[in-house]
Amino acid sequence: MTFDFSLIFSSIPKLLSGLGLTLELLILSSFIGLVLAVFTLLMRISGRWFLMAPAVAYIYIFRGTPILVQIFVIYYGLPQFEFIRTGVLWPILREPFWCCVIALSLNAGAYVSEILRGGVLGVDKGVLEAASALGISKSQRFIYITSPIAIRLSLPAYCNDTISMTKATALASTVTLLEMTGVARTIVAQTFSPYEIFISVAIIYMVMAWMLQKGFGLLEIRMSRYLKATAG
Amino acid sequence: MSKQEPDMNTNKSEQEPIVILEHVCKNFGGFKALTDVNLTVHEGKKIVVCGPSGSGKSTMIRCINRLEEHDSGRIVVAGKELTHELKDIDAVRCEVGMVFQSFNLFPHLKVLDNLTLALKLVRKMPKLEARETAMRYLERVHIPDQVDKYPSQLSGGQQQRVAIARALCMNPKIMLFDEPTSALDPEMISEVLDVMVGLAQDGMTMICVTHEMGFARSIADYIVFMDQGEIVEINPPMEFFENPKSERTKLFLKQILTH
Repeated sequence: MTFDFSLIFSSIPKLLSGLGLTLELLILSSFIGLVLAVFTLLMRISGRWFLMAPAVAYIYIFRGTPILVQIFVIYYGLPQFEFIRTGVLWPILREPFWCCVIALSLNAGAYVSEILRGGVLGVDKGVLEAASALGISKSQRFIYITSPIAIRLSLPAYCNDTISMTKATALASTVTLLEMTGVARTIVAQTFSPYEIFISVAIIYMVMAWMLQKGFGLLEIRMSRYLKATAG
Repeated sequence: MSKQEPDMNTNKSEQEPIVILEHVCKNFGGFKALTDVNLTVHEGKKIVVCGPSGSGKSTMIRCINRLEEHDSGRIVVAGKELTHELKDIDAVRCEVGMVFQSFNLFPHLKVLDNLTLALKLVRKMPKLEARETAMRYLERVHIPDQVDKYPSQLSGGQQQRVAIARALCMNPKIMLFDEPTSALDPEMISEVLDVMVGLAQDGMTMICVTHEMGFARSIADYIVFMDQGEIVEINPPMEFFENPKSERTKLFLKQILTH
């Protein structure tokens, strides 16, 4: 077979027309996922079983099943129920875009809450004891001591998860959405050159991953500046 | 100790002891960390607690500000009994400063913010006043020039002095020291001990777990010797070093003073 480089250059602008939708999916799901993650984390570390149990179940379900299956369950499965189709949420649940956002957010929420929990567990117990000894209350300790330290500890794993999310948005193409991968599939259907087109789309994802990695790297340096010893 | 300390004959009506431990017991699982510990500390006294490792020294002083909960017995600090009442615990913690072996400074905050955090959150002190208070105590521990550094940029001795200043900022009535020099390089021990001696001379009530016997000899009013979760002996330093009563004390002194 021949490899047509010109096809790569001509297809990239077309593929970029799907970039907007990819970014929308990514940003919305990451944001909603992060909010979910914080609530799940608080439930998970609350020490009360009636809060911990639902959090653990939620994490278990969404970490234990493929995102693609979750998208299918939400998009194809839920409308089977009469009360969903007549319910107030139907305008949202019938849109493939929102179904994807829901699935991706729930997924991110489960993973990120565990990432944050790792950060919280990584905070030195002695430092928290020192805060208690000063009379600083439990909630104040969480806000002023645990959170800032835990966020820094979580950052590398969170970056990793965000890159995974970026790639997971490609699954939206399976439920008719024309985000980047969806656009690629349409072009392939017209040109019959899957090799060039999918390589092009892969390159765009790689550039996005590189930018995320770079951005998080800078954030990490900034948040770790207190660890840099300059005097012995 | 009360029997050795006839302070009732001072003409000023002597106030209640500032720390009272009565029949305090504490277990970790099956391990008896503290067994029937009785200790009375009056205001202004300096107590040095020593003993072999695992003897319950740290556990005892950690019970005084309830970093550990005692299982039975009574602990009264500055007139408040420590129970499950959170309000009383917070009130006691405001009166009791603590210095840890591993400094435990807030790593993400600059020295100034390490000192002012509790002033702002607990004492509700305005920013400027908190800063002034912090600077006053940093001068007292001789490191006002490190105010804008992060803990990781300081030496161990400097970090421990910041930790002492941080505790002093809250204007505590009692200071607890849990092996404050054990994690330090030898050349930094004296700078921390100097600060502690200064505090003692200013009349602070202090309870120090330490292996620095020279320090104990020079500033302690009483030395408390613990072994296997019990207080074995309480004596003034002269008596403690020259004329130890129990065999366990003699053995301990022999072990630490041979070198």
